[in-house]
Amino acid sequence: MISGWFVMLLAIGYLGLLFAVARFGDARADAGKSIITANVYALSLAVYCTSWTFYGSVGRATSGGLSFLTIYIGPTLMLLFGTVIAKMIRISKAQRITSIADFIASRYGKSQLLAGLVTVIAVIGVVPYIALQLKAVSASFDIVFGNPVDASEPWWADSTLAIAAVMAVFTILFGTRHLDATERHEGMVAAVAFESVVKLIAFLAVGLFVTYGVFGGLSDLFRKAAASPELARLFTVDASRSGSWLALIVLSALAILFLPRQFQITVVENVDESHLRRAVWLFPLYLLVINIFVFPLALGGLLHFNGGGMDADTFVLTLPMAEGAAGLALFAFIGGLSAATGMVIVETIALSTMVCNDLVMPWLLRSRWVNPSARKDLSGLLLSIRRGAITVILLLGYAYFRAAGEAYALVGIGLISFSAVAQFAPAMFGGMYWKQGNHAGAVAGLLGGFGVWLFTLLLPSFAKSGWIGKGFVEDGLFGVDTLKAQALFGLTGMDEISHCLFWSLLVNAGLYVAVSLLTKPGAVEVTQAERFVDVFRRPGDGGASARLWRGSASATDLVALLERFLGPARAQQQLAAYARTRRLDDWKRLPADADFVQFAETELSGAIGSASARVMVGSVVQEEELGLEEVLDILDEASQVRAYSRELEAKSKELEAATAELRAANDRLLELDRMKDDFVSTVTHELRTPLTSIRALSEMLYDDPRIDLNERKRFIGIIVTEAERLTRLINQILDMAKLESGRAEWTNGAVDIVAVVRESMDSVGQLFREKGVELATCLPESGPIVLADRDRLTQVMINLLSNAVKFVPAKAGRVTVAMVTAAGEVRVEVADNGPGLAADECEVIFEKFRQGGNTMTDKPQGTGLGLPISRQIVEYFGGRLWVESEPGQGARFLFTVPLPAEQDNNQDGDN
Amino acid sequence: MAHKILIADDEPNIVISLEFLMKKEGFVVAVAGDGEEALAKVAGFQPDLLLLDVMMPKKSGFEVCEALRADNANAALKIVMLTAKGRDTEVAKGLALGADAYVTKPFSTKDLVAKVKSMLGIV
Repeated sequence: MISGWFVMLLAIGYLGLLFAVARFGDARADAGKSIITANVYALSLAVYCTSWTFYGSVGRATSGGLSFLTIYIGPTLMLLFGTVIAKMIRISKAQRITSIADFIASRYGKSQLLAGLVTVIAVIGVVPYIALQLKAVSASFDIVFGNPVDASEPWWADSTLAIAAVMAVFTILFGTRHLDATERHEGMVAAVAFESVVKLIAFLAVGLFVTYGVFGGLSDLFRKAAASPELARLFTVDASRSGSWLALIVLSALAILFLPRQFQITVVENVDESHLRRAVWLFPLYLLVINIFVFPLALGGLLHFNGGGMDADTFVLTLPMAEGAAGLALFAFIGGLSAATGMVIVETIALSTMVCNDLVMPWLLRSRWVNPSARKDLSGLLLSIRRGAITVILLLGYAYFRAAGEAYALVGIGLISFSAVAQFAPAMFGGMYWKQGNHAGAVAGLLGGFGVWLFTLLLPSFAKSGWIGKGFVEDGLFGVDTLKAQALFGLTGMDEISHCLFWSLLVNAGLYVAVSLLTKPGAVEVTQAERFVDVFRRPGDGGASARLWRGSASATDLVALLERFLGPARAQQQLAAYARTRRLDDWKRLPADADFVQFAETELSGAIGSASARVMVGSVVQEEELGLEEVLDILDEASQVRAYSRELEAKSKELEAATAELRAANDRLLELDRMKDDFVSTVTHELRTPLTSIRALSEMLYDDPRIDLNERKRFIGIIVTEAERLTRLINQILDMAKLESGRAEWTNGAVDIVAVVRESMDSVGQLFREKGVELATCLPESGPIVLADRDRLTQVMINLLSNAVKFVPAKAGRVTVAMVTAAGEVRVEVADNGPGLAADECEVIFEKFRQGGNTMTDKPQGTGLGLPISRQIVEYFGGRLWVESEPGQGARFLFTVPLPAEQDNNQDGDN
Repeated sequence: MAHKILIADDEPNIVISLEFLMKKEGFVVAVAGDGEEALAKVAGFQPDLLLLDVMMPKKSGFEVCEALRADNANAALKIVMLTAKGRDTEVAKGLALGADAYVTKPFSTKDLVAKVKSMLGIV
């Protein structure tokens, strides 16, 4: 057995290490080099995993199978709605929110009543949860010491009291070390992140040891478990419990937001909103990893102890100890201690802030003791109150632990706590997203929900522990059957948690909505509703909010107030920073205007909560109460201005889009203009060239009648040729223009394409004979009938044939015409054995005025429009015209014409 | 001694008419059908004046003009650009590249002869 002293020293040593981490974090924060990174923030969220996770998940898994997972599925799902958390953080920063009680109170008109109510619910709901942590640590001590658990010792000999005391000291050191009460606790966050890592590693170490050390791996474990019918039951997801699954997922999803410690870590301690983006995946990943070995540990424990009466909640410790791995058991013990400590520290700090600001301060402020004109610096008093609250809360936890012991009320308390804080959901969500939700509604909802929770969950757990009579559970309140505590109005068939969640949230949300709709909000509430719901839409919190306050104040009074609650040093530091934002060198010259009052109240809120801050500021300024109508007018005006500016923004975006469109259109026009310009320039060139020869030669003939007769004949021949070329050119340009503009006239009819080809060959036959070029054919007797303009088709054919004869060598030239019918179209091919075309030329030749061939010797005789026109014609018929060629290999011009209809196909199918 | 004129154009019929026109005026005439041939003939034939078409295969009139002006040996050579594209930008480009005159097609034979003569200092 391990020496008790050694264990004690180890535990104290570990807490000392945590404290060193916290001191380091604080020192770095003081030096302005915060160690709170996105990763640290995400890990600190794992304060969610308490000793209830560390020891209890395994216990739950032994009885409920996989249902223990619901407690982790809920938070994971909630983090998917990162925007909700982001909005909570943004609101809290803008309003200097210090706790979840402050958040709700601030939203509903900075109400002291609501702040107090939320605090009471939180304390009642959470203190037993703290007791559970103490119990877990105490139990783990006993196991490691080898003592039997015995709650009947006298209190002064109880190690649990010592644990509670040590934790109280640590919490005071962690949470209220600073003299100013507004600072965040960066050291505490760092320590919590650190302990999150420790408990994760400890749990994984035990998991690995049991799975791979004691058993032969996961498959071995599962195989052995499956062999036992008792254990095999745990593998199945029981459909009849799906109601419970749903309730547990909803509960834990709400708990991750509304448990005081989660609100503290997630919202209050957040230093940078962008850290949330890391947390939304890293924290669920953490939950996944820490749960991997829960089920194997549960199975391993059951198999190993073979139902030998060992408490499943202690498997994490007892399994390594039973296997003689003392070191690992100690590590597991540290992990459990870590989990409990982290939870207790953060939860207690959060609760002590709430108790101090929302229960004690309002009472103090009313008493004469802190009369505004009396005592000076109160910041020390604030810290004392918090330290006192921490001590009292831990003592309450201890007292509950002593009283409840092994009773049912303690074992089931985790979920009972979750159900209590779930009551904040309607007021919180409504407050963030529904402007009509008001103070009366929130109070009614909270009271109703809390009442139902008390009646259906907390009191029955007391009854089961035998502290109070069971009559209201078994026979109904006052003996009325429909008022049975866990079967209200005859609703049976649900487990107690689902039953409570259903009724309490139904009553809570119902009252909240109904009362909100039936009552009128106060002026402050309307202002706060606007600030909360529209937090993302009011970046500077500018004009309207300053105008929402009217009255007179003295700067001296306000400064004095700040110095009293923040301490003089910090107050002056904040005042100087504020003066700089208003471009003043000296804060003593700050005017006592609405904006300054607003600043003072916000600063004060950070120290004593919004409700108390409002009371304090109210005591030194003479505020003229604004009527509700007036507030609504101002807010309405502000939202109109916002709507108007949104409209302007939309208009300017529209204008920008229109400008961009116009610019694009203009660019297109400029491009078209340039193309037209090029075209005209090219046409001019093509027309002027023949005209140059005609003019020069005819001028010379005219000027000199003595020119030799042969020369004359030659010149006149040239003039005739060039005049013909000019005529052809003009005709083709006009033809092209008509085709392009769609004004060409078409006389379409059924055309025998073979007949067209033969006719075309006849009409150019002379050219071939003159140059000695062979014209071969491979044509059917009568070809397919197509729907086309006969003359146009002939024009294409003649163009291709005359091109071919132009480019083939005289005497050795050979041109072949072929025709194929396939795939619904007829294809005509004109192949030559000329010089062929390079790859880039194959497309160029279909552009206007671009011709193949380059040198003077083979200067082509043509206009450069034949092929573009032919292509236009073929495409008009629905076909294609292209060329296949390689240099030196001749050229094959091909065009297709689609066959018109089915019956024609059949008729010509044999061809 | 008769002046030598080189005609560079890729349109055969224009070459025929220019050649006839210049010979009739008593010049010694040589002919080139593209830009590269024009450069070669300038070196070999050593003309006093070059009638240079802009739109020619292989090397355009602009390129030929630029190449000739880059060589000091041709400093005395007169260059008359001929073009069927009459745009102002092209006239300006030709003159900037070192052409001495710019004539738009179709031209008046009398004017062309007068211009050639004046450029060669024949009155």
